[in-house]
Order: sequence, then C-alpha cells, then structure tokens
Amino acid sequence: MPVSLTNSKLIHETLKECDIRLVSALPETWLVHLIRLTDEDPDMTLVRLAKEEEAVGISAGAHFAGVKSAMLMQNHGFLASINGIVSFAHLYKIPLLMLISYRGTFGERDPWQTQGGNVTEPLLRALGIPYFVLDQVETVKKRIRQAQTLAESSLQPVAVLLTRDLMWEE
Amino acid sequence: MLRLDCLRSVYSELENCLVVTIMGAVAAELHSLGHRSNFFYLQHAMGLASSTGLGLALCLPERTVIVFDGDGSLLMNLGSLSTMARYRPRNLVHVVFDNESLLSVGGFPTATSTGTDLEGIARAAGIPRAVSVRCVENFKTALTDAVHGSELTTIIAKVEATGPSGYITDLSLLENRFQFRRHIQSLRKS
Repeated sequence: MPVSLTNSKLIHETLKECDIRLVSALPETWLVHLIRLTDEDPDMTLVRLAKEEEAVGISAGAHFAGVKSAMLMQNHGFLASINGIVSFAHLYKIPLLMLISYRGTFGERDPWQTQGGNVTEPLLRALGIPYFVLDQVETVKKRIRQAQTLAESSLQPVAVLLTRDLMWEE
Repeated sequence: MLRLDCLRSVYSELENCLVVTIMGAVAAELHSLGHRSNFFYLQHAMGLASSTGLGLALCLPERTVIVFDGDGSLLMNLGSLSTMARYRPRNLVHVVFDNESLLSVGGFPTATSTGTDLEGIARAAGIPRAVSVRCVENFKTALTDAVHGSELTTIIAKVEATGPSGYITDLSLLENRFQFRRHIQSLRKS
C-alpha cells in the first residue's frame, strides 16, 4: 500500500510533541499507518468511532478534563461532523485539532471521493474554520504545532488538510 | 414516572460526580433543582452528550461520570452505544430518559413509541449492563448501583412526556462551560 509510512510517522511524532494524549479516528486508506501508530503508542488513547461527529463530543470531554486531543478523519467525515462542530465546538468555544485527509482533489482516482473534494475548502471557509493545506513535508511539524496553538488560544476548531502529496507515494 | 422526580431522588448522589445532560427538559429540570459547578448542560448538538461523557470518562478514570441522555438524542447517535461499549469505561453511567417523544419541539413521537427498544439496542451494542426502570424507587436503586458499581451501565428510565414550561435558564452556555472545566481543574489540584 503506497500510503506514506515516513510522513505518517512524522505526523504521529508531531502529535506526540504537541502532548496529544487522545486521538479519535475513523479509518480511511490514507490514515491507516497513523491510526496504527496511535494504537501502538502507550502514551496515547485511540478511540475508534462509529461516526466522526462523535469525535466532537469526545474531544470536548477531553478538553474539559484538561487532556489535549486530536481528530483523525477523511474530509467526508468532516462533512458528517458539521452539526457537532457548529452546535457544540463553536457554540461552546471548544478547541478541536482536526487532521483531515483531503480526498477528491487533483490526482484522485476514486470517483466517489470527488464531490467531497469540491466542497471541503468552501465549507471550511463558510464555517469560519481556520485551515491549512499541508502538502510539503518540510512544514508538517511547524503547521500542526501552529494549528494546535491556534485551536487552544482561540478555543475553536482548526483544520489541517492532509493532501495526496503528503500521504501517498506514487 | 416523572423525570423531575427521578432527578430529585438522586440529586445528592450527583455531588461527587461529573454530570453531562442533553438539552431541553432534562437540563432545565436539573438546573431547577439547584445548579452545581459539576453539571454541564449540552444545550444543542443532539446526540453528543454520551460522546462527551465517554471523553470525560476515558480521560478521568478516577471520577464517576453520569450522562443524562434522552431517547430522541440517543436515536440520533446510536453509534455512540457501540463506541461506549467498545471502551466500556467502568466509571461511566449512561441514563436515558425515554419519554417516547421529542418533547421540546412539540411532542413528536420518537421510534421508541412504536416499539424500538433502547435497552435491547444497548445490550446488543455490547454495553455490559443495561436495565429499564419504570418507578422512581427502581430508578434511584439502578443509578446508585451503577455509580457504586464497576461496570458501564445504561439505564433506560421510562418517563412521562411532560416537562417544564420553559427551557431557558439564567446560566449562559459559556459560563456553564468555563465553570465546568474550572471545576475539573480544581479537582485535579486537590
């Protein structure tokens, strides 16, 4: 499977450096290594979800408990979480660090991913969610750290879009 | 059985727990009995109270977390039962007030009014202990047992579809949220 193990390790390492202790996730191809690395990490609790919106509640609970958390999901999972984001994270000012695999854009071969690719950034903008499109390996650590810093200081959801260039080795 | 009587019967039991409620009648009624800094009322995001309780319970294993859920909310996030069952925190008590109705929007019947069995769903999802209660005495016993027990428990409390005249309290959402987190921080220091 040509999902980048090297870059998955880099992201996982960065999450550790950010003191992320709880990660909720719903599997998708690009995230398989990242989810496995989280699962094998004794310092992290992995919560495998039935649906991504649950992660908003779980991260809110973690935040109340003083534990830093992250959400791993595909962009379609972000679409499925929007009510939770608006009527919990935004309404109650809950910081969320959302790592979202950005499917359905340039280079996408799966037809079923393409509509979600079209609407991901417009929806993030409409929701007022700060986001960064992560496609350069050199900036991974810095941008994820910055995203977490902003989420914690602004008490709001912040998204990092994980692109094909980063997650996939052709 | 009235939800307010259920809440009143266990109010003193809630003192040392972290409590998360759903929106609507449950929040307003618990608040009317006397707000405490360990109560968080999730006034929207239907379905996510149980997920919030799960996040709290996993991060604070030494604290008892009680979620006051409802049939309408749980039906919106049935997957939460399977996620809770998967991790089955022993310090989580999941109460579902089932009035077979979406009361706060005008009393539309939910699927539990036509036979959907939430206790059965909880058990089949893998919740280690699922019980249904229909009188206040049994409710109190079930909740007290669950709080002092060591198994993830879902309690389905069949209640009447009645509630308070209004749902807005004088506690702002953000005040409640910051107070709740600060309360937990103070527990960690003590």
